[in-house]
Amino acid sequence: MRRFTWFNATSLTLGFAFLYLPMVILVIYSFNASKLVTVWAGFSTQWYGELIRNEAFLDAAWVTLRVAFFSSTLAAILGTLAAYVLVRANRFPGRTLFSGMIYAPLVMPEVITGLSLLLLFIGIGLDRGILTIVLAHTTFSMCYVSVVVSSRLASFDISLEEAALDLGCSPFEAFRLVTLPIIAPAVISGWLLAFTLSLDDLVIASFAAGPSSTTLPIKIFSAVRLGVSPEINALSTIMIAIVTVGVISASLISKRSAVRQETETRAAERI
Amino acid sequence: MRRLILIGLPYLWLLALFLVPFLIVLKISLSDIALSIPPYTPQLDLSEGWAGFRAFLAALDFENFTFLTTDDLYWKAYLSSFQIALLSTLMTLATGFPIAYALARAPREWRPTLLMLVILPFWTSFLIRVYAWMGILNTEGLLNQLLLALGLISEPLTILNTNTAVYIGIVYTYLPFMILPIYAALEKLDDSLLEAAEDLGCSRISAFWLVTVPLSRSGIVAGCFLVFIPALGEFVIPSLLGGSQTLMIGKVLWEEFFSNRDWPVASAVAIILLLILIVPIILFQRNQQKQREAEG
Repeated sequence: MRRFTWFNATSLTLGFAFLYLPMVILVIYSFNASKLVTVWAGFSTQWYGELIRNEAFLDAAWVTLRVAFFSSTLAAILGTLAAYVLVRANRFPGRTLFSGMIYAPLVMPEVITGLSLLLLFIGIGLDRGILTIVLAHTTFSMCYVSVVVSSRLASFDISLEEAALDLGCSPFEAFRLVTLPIIAPAVISGWLLAFTLSLDDLVIASFAAGPSSTTLPIKIFSAVRLGVSPEINALSTIMIAIVTVGVISASLISKRSAVRQETETRAAERI
Repeated sequence: MRRLILIGLPYLWLLALFLVPFLIVLKISLSDIALSIPPYTPQLDLSEGWAGFRAFLAALDFENFTFLTTDDLYWKAYLSSFQIALLSTLMTLATGFPIAYALARAPREWRPTLLMLVILPFWTSFLIRVYAWMGILNTEGLLNQLLLALGLISEPLTILNTNTAVYIGIVYTYLPFMILPIYAALEKLDDSLLEAAEDLGCSRISAFWLVTVPLSRSGIVAGCFLVFIPALGEFVIPSLLGGSQTLMIGKVLWEEFFSNRDWPVASAVAIILLLILIVPIILFQRNQQKQREAEG
């Protein structure tokens, strides 16, 4: 049985303090009564009230949620298709180019992706708005989805799919009844990843957005450039709370399903 | 037929929204700035057929690239981005390695929780994590208040809007990218190798340098590239935490495009940045490939 040595315990404590203290401070100061963010003047929830009454933020949040929903759904579909092609179709013309295009956006600086998409949208005369942000976000997040899904596809036993085909399934039925349920967890985590990436993105959205379609990160960025504000602290606190609850419940669910899978496997082995 | 749709759909999407835009950037980087909409010349005019296309090609030149070498703003920005990215990568390694090491040697039942604590900040908005430091590093910020209260300094330090703040920001936001690959490599390390080294007369410290570090090399290399590559083109951190003297190429590109509205120069800046990134990207891919082969 391993135990913590003093050295390891110290580096973990310092490491997590470094990772979490800035966010804890941010949350604490969102409840500050003073307009000055660095002076503590007693507990108050007034900034949350102002946030709720601030229509510009609410509009931006609604735009952001719609963009994230549509782009992550499109990215999940296209990314799963791309992963299927990458893992299963070994030979077709331009395969190297295809896999290159899947991996390149992952390492491409955001400013370049944003610039190139904007120049495309202007070149073809597409008005910038929600549609262009969705197109831009789908393009880079489908690559993340396909990386997540293809690692799951590569580890799965292809004979299951072959068995379904032998038993009279059409290739589409085999995909729907056998492959899809097995890769579903990876598709869902790919969707979640795409959703968060879209919620979070400032640089690419700034290039792709028109004047009428401001997303929340763009709004936050322009507010924050002028300095620290308690309203932004309140908004950040809400976002941190949502993410924390989401991540913790996702990990609890996946832990429970892992336990269930293990008991089922053990039961099956006994038979 | 079905296979054609299956391959065609993602293929066409990426061609249209990744490759074509990139070719447009390349084309505009060879054009000249002009007072028109869109603000560059020449425009491809297909109504004149082949002759129009030839005239278009003849008007393209490398003037913008020559301009980038003559104005020292640009090469200074590339150089200082490279320096900032390199130094902050090394700082992230120095911070991340002990944490990854401690994680890998933590009691088994603790590991999932600790790992989740490392991943959680990664899901939190990047912008918010950078913003959190603005209130801390301020001249009237908490760090200065703390240092003044402890009597360590007599006057508040200027940290926000300097390169120091940029280093802190990069280390903080990219730390999970360094910890996770190193943890993955260290976790696989067989303890009996360390015991063998100690039995054969190694001290614990030399066993660390002779066994642990070489065996976690692929994780260290992967982590360094995962920090270095995005840090080089970083925009948010230098523009929120850095000052006017902080030169980073992502910021220069942004200003060239949005403030100066010089699209041809912005495109040329992007092309050079990409050329600089090709070497680390290829090295990173090779490292990942080697790792996959080693795993089976």
